[in-house]
Amino acid sequence: MTKDECKQVVLDIIADIAPDEDLSNVKPEVRLRDQMQLDSMDFLDIVMELRKRHGIEVPEKDYQQLASLDSCADYLTPKFDALTGKS
Amino acid sequence: MNTRSHYDVAIIGAGMSGLAAGIRLAHFGKKVCIFERHNAVGGLNSFYSIAGRKFDVGLHAMTNFVRPGVKGTPLGKLLRQLRIDRDEFALCEQKQSRIAFGPRGECSLRFTNDFAVFESEVVAAFPAQADGFRRLVTAVRTFDDVSLDAPPISAREAVRRHVSDPLLEDMLFCPLMYYGSATERDMEFGQFVIMFKALFLEGFARPLEGVRVVLRVLLAKYRAAGGERRMKCGVKKISAHAGRASAVILDSGEEITADHVISSIGAPETDRLLAASPGEPTTAAPTLSFVETISILDRQPAELGWGSDTIVFFNDSSRFDYVRPTEQVDPRSGVICIPNNFDYGAGRVLPEGIFRVTCLANYDGWASQREADYQADKLRWFPEVQRSARRFLPPLASDDALAAATLTTDMFTPRTIAKFTGHLGGAIYGATTKHRQGRTSLDNLYLCGTDQGFLGIVGAMLSGISMANYHILQKG
Repeated sequence: MTKDECKQVVLDIIADIAPDEDLSNVKPEVRLRDQMQLDSMDFLDIVMELRKRHGIEVPEKDYQQLASLDSCADYLTPKFDALTGKS
Repeated sequence: MNTRSHYDVAIIGAGMSGLAAGIRLAHFGKKVCIFERHNAVGGLNSFYSIAGRKFDVGLHAMTNFVRPGVKGTPLGKLLRQLRIDRDEFALCEQKQSRIAFGPRGECSLRFTNDFAVFESEVVAAFPAQADGFRRLVTAVRTFDDVSLDAPPISAREAVRRHVSDPLLEDMLFCPLMYYGSATERDMEFGQFVIMFKALFLEGFARPLEGVRVVLRVLLAKYRAAGGERRMKCGVKKISAHAGRASAVILDSGEEITADHVISSIGAPETDRLLAASPGEPTTAAPTLSFVETISILDRQPAELGWGSDTIVFFNDSSRFDYVRPTEQVDPRSGVICIPNNFDYGAGRVLPEGIFRVTCLANYDGWASQREADYQADKLRWFPEVQRSARRFLPPLASDDALAAATLTTDMFTPRTIAKFTGHLGGAIYGATTKHRQGRTSLDNLYLCGTDQGFLGIVGAMLSGISMANYHILQKG
């Protein structure tokens, strides 16, 4: 999986849990919280949807890795690759 | 041996909070079943039919209404968490509501879903209180009301720090208490803040078809997520072993096991299921309960001159006494609801006029009468309650205009509430003690709903959501 594909996975999840947010201009390097109204309940849902849809586990100590799209991609891409057998 | 079923989570009660908890858990792959003793969902916010007419119970108006685009409020959180599109609820806004105090409602404060209207009404009626009122609003806006472990403080004391006129103080408390206080005279300040935001800073709305629209949406989500539901299937006992709930026993004797149990039926009611012998008397504090009169009219209330007010909170006395009455009913104060007076859009109206009045009532006064006396007392109080309420609405063309327009009436009492919801003492807002974290004496048994302490319909759903998240989903 490329980092861009990984960002798209996260954006797709946000689009479903927060359909009232405009996701057309999300800046990948800026914290998600600073660009839209996402609270801790919403971040929990991103984690839960990653597990439900993709079998990806994010332990609570790593939640801060999901702060921006860039950090999501850095953190999650290796996890996706591990699942599909790529390294 | 009984048939045995095992669930990840068993939920007791299919009210708003139980359904919301069920949707969250089923959505994330938990095997969930909701057990409901009644044959209808909704609990305290349900509906019933008499002669083909549907009557809403509970819901006057959905509080917490904000317009699309307003984020970070309870309604938005609820829609996101349950994956509900706000159009599904099809909410229509109130026209205006009022707080009317004095023997004929001489002092009246109007409010709408635009807070500036309420603020200007308060400033015009109580100019000397303007600064204090604004300070109170700031205190409300900045209070952390979602904390699950905030220390309790008296709302009366907190409000008096800013508002020194007892009339304004009582007028602010009246709607908030009527729409959500389980305690007499005073509230916990956190509850006051939640209710102040829900009613004044946010607002009222309703789907044209009332509470059943909300219930229909919840049921469809729950079903689509794979949740199971068993109706007419009450829980009579929770078995405990080594500090954990080991099984729930249904009225039929069937035994269900579950890793987690969520009870939405109330704290003392849940304790009763845990008691060694079921039906053992509990020592719960006396609860506040209500009567409501409902008149179905052959015309729109606007034709009687009652076309402006959606909800009117009234009180005729020098102070507002939110206490359990010594008589069966205290008609001095109450709430009028005219469901026709929401803005349903051009050409959309309720087919009949509806005039509802709610007053404080004493459960014991209604609970143990013989049926004939009970019916006689209902007949006696019905006109008392309506006569009291009518003082706060525009005068009718003639004294019998309401009676002439009335097609049928109904009335519910604390006894009706206890019978259909199972809440001890006919309680609407639960026991006086709230359990913010939803914990019980057992590790894997949690409370949601009124006794967890988020109130109103939106609060009830958020309670189910929060408890499912906090105790089950966050733990993986």
